[in-house]
Amino acid sequence: MTPLVSIEDLRVAFNGVPVLRGVDIALQKGEAVGLVGESGSGKSVTWLAALGLLPRHAQVSGSVRLDGRPILGAPAAELDQVRGGRIAMIFQDPASALNPVLTIRRQLCEALALHRDLQGNAVKAEARRLLDLVGIPDAGRRLEAYPHEFSGGQVQRIMIAMALAGNPDLLIADEPTTALDATIQAQILELLSTVRRELGMAMVLISHDLGVVAENCDRVAVMYAGRIVEQAPSNQLFADPVHPYAQGLIGALPPLDGPRRRLTAIPGTVPDPAHMPGGCAFAPRCALVADACGLAAPTLAPIADDRSVACVRAEVSRRALLGIAAE
Amino acid sequence: MGRYFAIRIGRAALTIVLVVTFAFVVLRLSGDPALMILGPEAPPEVLAAFRKAWGLDDPIWAQYFDYFGAIAKGELGRSMRDGRPAIELVLERIPATLALTLPAFFFKVALGVPAGIYAALHRGSGIDRAVMMTAVAGFTVPSFVLALLLVLVFAVQLGWLPSGGQDSWRHAILPIATLSLGGAAVLARFTRSAMLEVLGQPYIRTASAKGVPWRKVVTSHALPNAAIPTVTILGFMVGTLIAGAVVVESVFAWPGVGRLLVVAVANRDLAVVQCILLLVAMTMVTSNLVVDFLYGFLDPRLRSKGAHA
Amino acid sequence: MSPPLVEVSAISRTYAMRSGMFGRAAAVHAVDGVSLTIAKGQTLGLVGESGSGKSTTGRIVLGLEPPDSGEVRFDGKPMAAPGTTAWRAQRARMQMIFQDPLGALDRRLPVATQIREPLDIHGLGTPAARDERVRELLRAVELTPAHGARYPGALSGGQRQRIVLARALATKPDFLVCDEPVSALDVSIQAQVVNLLCDLQAQLSLTLLFISHDLRVVRQISNVVAVMYLGRIVEIGSADDLFARPEHPYTQALVSASPAPGRRSAGRILLSGDPPNPAARPTGCAFHPRCPRAIARCAREVPALSAVGGDRQVACHLVTGAATRDAA
Repeated sequence: MTPLVSIEDLRVAFNGVPVLRGVDIALQKGEAVGLVGESGSGKSVTWLAALGLLPRHAQVSGSVRLDGRPILGAPAAELDQVRGGRIAMIFQDPASALNPVLTIRRQLCEALALHRDLQGNAVKAEARRLLDLVGIPDAGRRLEAYPHEFSGGQVQRIMIAMALAGNPDLLIADEPTTALDATIQAQILELLSTVRRELGMAMVLISHDLGVVAENCDRVAVMYAGRIVEQAPSNQLFADPVHPYAQGLIGALPPLDGPRRRLTAIPGTVPDPAHMPGGCAFAPRCALVADACGLAAPTLAPIADDRSVACVRAEVSRRALLGIAAE
Repeated sequence: MGRYFAIRIGRAALTIVLVVTFAFVVLRLSGDPALMILGPEAPPEVLAAFRKAWGLDDPIWAQYFDYFGAIAKGELGRSMRDGRPAIELVLERIPATLALTLPAFFFKVALGVPAGIYAALHRGSGIDRAVMMTAVAGFTVPSFVLALLLVLVFAVQLGWLPSGGQDSWRHAILPIATLSLGGAAVLARFTRSAMLEVLGQPYIRTASAKGVPWRKVVTSHALPNAAIPTVTILGFMVGTLIAGAVVVESVFAWPGVGRLLVVAVANRDLAVVQCILLLVAMTMVTSNLVVDFLYGFLDPRLRSKGAHA
Repeated sequence: MSPPLVEVSAISRTYAMRSGMFGRAAAVHAVDGVSLTIAKGQTLGLVGESGSGKSTTGRIVLGLEPPDSGEVRFDGKPMAAPGTTAWRAQRARMQMIFQDPLGALDRRLPVATQIREPLDIHGLGTPAARDERVRELLRAVELTPAHGARYPGALSGGQRQRIVLARALATKPDFLVCDEPVSALDVSIQAQVVNLLCDLQAQLSLTLLFISHDLRVVRQISNVVAVMYLGRIVEIGSADDLFARPEHPYTQALVSASPAPGRRSAGRILLSGDPPNPAARPTGCAFHPRCPRAIARCAREVPALSAVGGDRQVACHLVTGAATRDAA
């Protein structure tokens, strides 16, 4: 089966400094995939690059295919059909993600006019339906309002309505709830999973929050320093992480119930992209580091059905984890 | 909203009072108008009579209050030099000035705004660097230097255009060019930075991400936002329409308000100077008020806040 | 239990806030009758969403702004009037760290100079002893003297927060107010700083007021947790017990909204509506418009914070002591 989207060896550099160093990921129709990692790991850049949304000075290489057709470096007119029409994207900061001087109606109808064959009153009716769908009360009147007249959570709902306007096959949600309060975050995540279920849409959820990704995605990819280091079904990744970095991330998360334990912090800091260590980028912070780790950057290799990891010490790491669990 | 404008108008009035006071103080401190106008050899009784006629022998604060009293009644005094009402002298010069500043304003906008937008959209390109270099040159070179340079090239060397006077439309070309180039440079730089600021905003990326073609992202998303700061500088330029050409009028011997001001200051013709300053302050203040209104029109965030009041 | 170091009784703080540039001023009750006690060597966690008044409470407790009413007592004595010698002596015993370490540091000075600053201000020790103390502080926050020679811009976010912590500890304070100290840090770095804070607290027997929106971090570090909603404490109790069995409907929603790996969102309590505007506080229980269990009384009567068994206090008409707890 041809994947909906497949990304192969995607690389991005800004002014010669590599920030994405060979990313491979594929997505099936209707699938929800989470992308986790700390700031600077390249999780947003991956999708901005795939959609050609990076600034001009970014150097992008590799391949991005949609239904098998290459879209990386496609002509502008073709990309404009893909963006919003096949792949829509929503962003972190709802307050600045909508144009402050245009009404909600104009911004919604613009998306509808671009991707849907609607005329005259039908456009406005559809805009109203979309606002209803995402739970904006009194949609007809609120269409004439400006972004600043809505709360952060409502603006994120409007962003979702706008993303749905083109009936996309894939929604990229880039930290959609990071700027929102906890109770509002729960509302938005619920809305996202509802519309995804109803429309059979695939989703990529980019987040630094392991919990958010775990609860809302079928599969998770963990990124570190511009590469995917581990890919697995959500439940398996959190129960049984293999890459030492993935283990570290989960260990660093304070538990909300059960006994308190000392957090297993990962020592050191993320490497500077301009001075990346040779070999595995995580080696300087890794407790299981061996000589082989400094030689070459490990590639993502399958370790089980639907699971892959980029670590030469994967076996040791897995045993170490199981050993701890047995204690 | 009413409160907002009451504050603006109050501030505008205060500005005018301060400008006129400043002019009054500086001119009174910098020399005796009687001596300046009648000359140092004038007999003392003539000087005394002149001072009495113009109220110059009153205490300074009395002169000051008389002056404001008169302004409040709409009397702007008479020229000490030829006795005609100052306002008349000033008003008859305005068309000549506008004949330079209005076309110059048009060219500033027509050149500066597109150049700034183009430079921002092609940031880092050769054209961007060329526009920015021209713009820096344009606003670092003082207008009299630019004026003399233009005269040197187009009047003296090439002999295409006259170097001064007001006899035909050809005489206006060099003064207008001088005014336009400097202003266009300022405007280009300003528009460029306003545009760059807007292009870096997340909502521009949102528009691209929903498939809006780049040309439309620029026209319907970036420009309306960049217009908001640009209006400020345009308002300032409207404010200089009356008296923004002092240097240029002097260099090109153009009989406008600016040249009248230079002559009046040299002669200590207080009524005329004060009349011009009042006029300038009023245009400045009016254009600022218009800018405030325009903000409300361009920026819905200000508009709806006003609606709550 | 050790005697309280900090006692806050019924503090309130109201701001006049204009809605926009032209709007009428509205009274915002940022903090409304908050009482707390923090025992020596203990950590009180203060959680709530934006607008809950948790940061204002922190500033009042530290004496950075005065309460409109109510009183803060530190080590048995009321807070001295600002500017007096007594006040300075008190202030040297209490310090604060904020979310943004870069904003709290001067970019133009080496960080060691900034750690030393409070020692110079309060005239503590000889110059040589101060230098030694700076080295000691750098070691205490797990940095080296080499880090001290750097400027804030040359350090990572986690390292900067350590510097801020070292500076706060310079005067050997008894009490530390931490306002979202790890919210801007990545998870792996956050864990480093949380561990460090726990260690330092144990070593130096510090008393902490730890303000955060992050329930996990708060639970990790706190003995007692207070939940704030629109300027009031709605629930308070020992950390593990409160998160394991939240009683107030708002706390229940907060806990259920906190996503956890390995748990699906089924059964989550979803609150409707937006976080309320502090300038337009609902009548009665401020939470009632969003509360899934609200009854008519909730709209009329403000529930008082009252003991419901154990060390738990809840401000809710529907939670009334041991009977409810057993039934639930």
